[in-house]
Amino acid sequence: MKTNLNSKEVILKAKNKIIQKIEKLGKPIKVMEFCGGHTHAIMRYGIDKLLKGYIEFIHGPGCPVCVASMDRIDLAIELAKIPNTIFTTYGDLLRVPGSYRKSLLDIRALGCDVRSLYSCLEAFDIALQNPNKNVVFFAIGFETTTPPTSVLLKKAKEHKLKNLFVVSNHVMTLPAIRYILNSGISHIDGIIGPGHVSVITGMKIYEEFDIPIVISGFEAFDILKAINMLLDQRIKGERKVENAYTRAVTEEGNKEAQKLIEETLDIREDFNWRGIGNLPKSALKINDDYEMFDAEKVFDVKLPASKEHPLCICPKVITGVSKPIDCKLFGNICTPENPIGSCMVSSEGACAAYYKYQEVELCM
Amino acid sequence: MCLAIPSKIVEILDNNIAIVDTMGVRRKASLELLNPKPSVGDYVLLHVGFAIEVLSEEDALESLKLFEEALDYENEFEL
Repeated sequence: MKTNLNSKEVILKAKNKIIQKIEKLGKPIKVMEFCGGHTHAIMRYGIDKLLKGYIEFIHGPGCPVCVASMDRIDLAIELAKIPNTIFTTYGDLLRVPGSYRKSLLDIRALGCDVRSLYSCLEAFDIALQNPNKNVVFFAIGFETTTPPTSVLLKKAKEHKLKNLFVVSNHVMTLPAIRYILNSGISHIDGIIGPGHVSVITGMKIYEEFDIPIVISGFEAFDILKAINMLLDQRIKGERKVENAYTRAVTEEGNKEAQKLIEETLDIREDFNWRGIGNLPKSALKINDDYEMFDAEKVFDVKLPASKEHPLCICPKVITGVSKPIDCKLFGNICTPENPIGSCMVSSEGACAAYYKYQEVELCM
Repeated sequence: MCLAIPSKIVEILDNNIAIVDTMGVRRKASLELLNPKPSVGDYVLLHVGFAIEVLSEEDALESLKLFEEALDYENEFEL
């Protein structure tokens, strides 16, 4: 029988290897996992506890629901309230509270037609089936989730749909990494790079960074392998981009997907991120060729001034400045069933991952 | 959000839509993001209903094995 790569034995072996390397380095290191999927996996497998005292994980902003700013959530809610509208988006976003503590789910309970989609192409079908209603697709996500929105836009144009509108909240990985590294808010020795973002972008996009980066898959074995490679770079004094997820990630990425993004979307001058604030050239808008589908241009929505919950520290959690357990609301007032902040909503949010896996004690 | 699971193409329908098998569950997937287009029997990485990359059979099976082990692991540790 082949070895189970996620087994306790393999994980313990990897742990010993990592500890030996840390001892060689002579000090613990801080590693930022950019992607929320990695945060979830690290908590799920108890890797943070396994390597406590040796590796500190700084949880990065790679959770699209978490980084959606309050004004974007408020925009979603106001669009969904417009009469004769079917509002569609990906599931997690439905439970994020807006400025006035109401979520999309709350307004659905009040009678608004709010639907969660598995694939954005469902919005196309809904628009065809409901010619007398306006269908809005509120698109969120990093580079992995952007190309499907491009396909939706192209299909809408091809079929000359008049009742399908899209809000692009697509954000980009590189400006966020640049911000974290340049702002000096958190010292980082190495980065576990996002796996599925890199499937689309390719690993060459990270070459500008002067820090060890290793692209990783999402299983315990993948993450431990990536940490080992980061440590090897630290020991040798190297700062390069390496790939521990060769099963799926290539140097150039998915060129067809990159082409579709270029054909339909442009870089926004400014975009507001929760926790970061305005980050220039960090997000994508629908380009002029597809502007008839741009809900932000078609609908004139007046937004009240947005406001964060005064005690919620999601903004600090997103940038790695604070840990979820530093929040006064964590686990008592703010839970996955009754989330106050976005980091408790998405399973990729650090707060949700801490809440779910706080009892995980692995190999101790 | 960025979860993507290896899936096997079992049938190709019209309009770049395929039926894929994801760990025993069959569903529709768009092939619009792939060029050249994959064939029946190929493994793809599936994300929000779109195939985003073709995987070699060996890599796909390795990924699926890791997935299944992750499930065993949850049982073993009663997570």
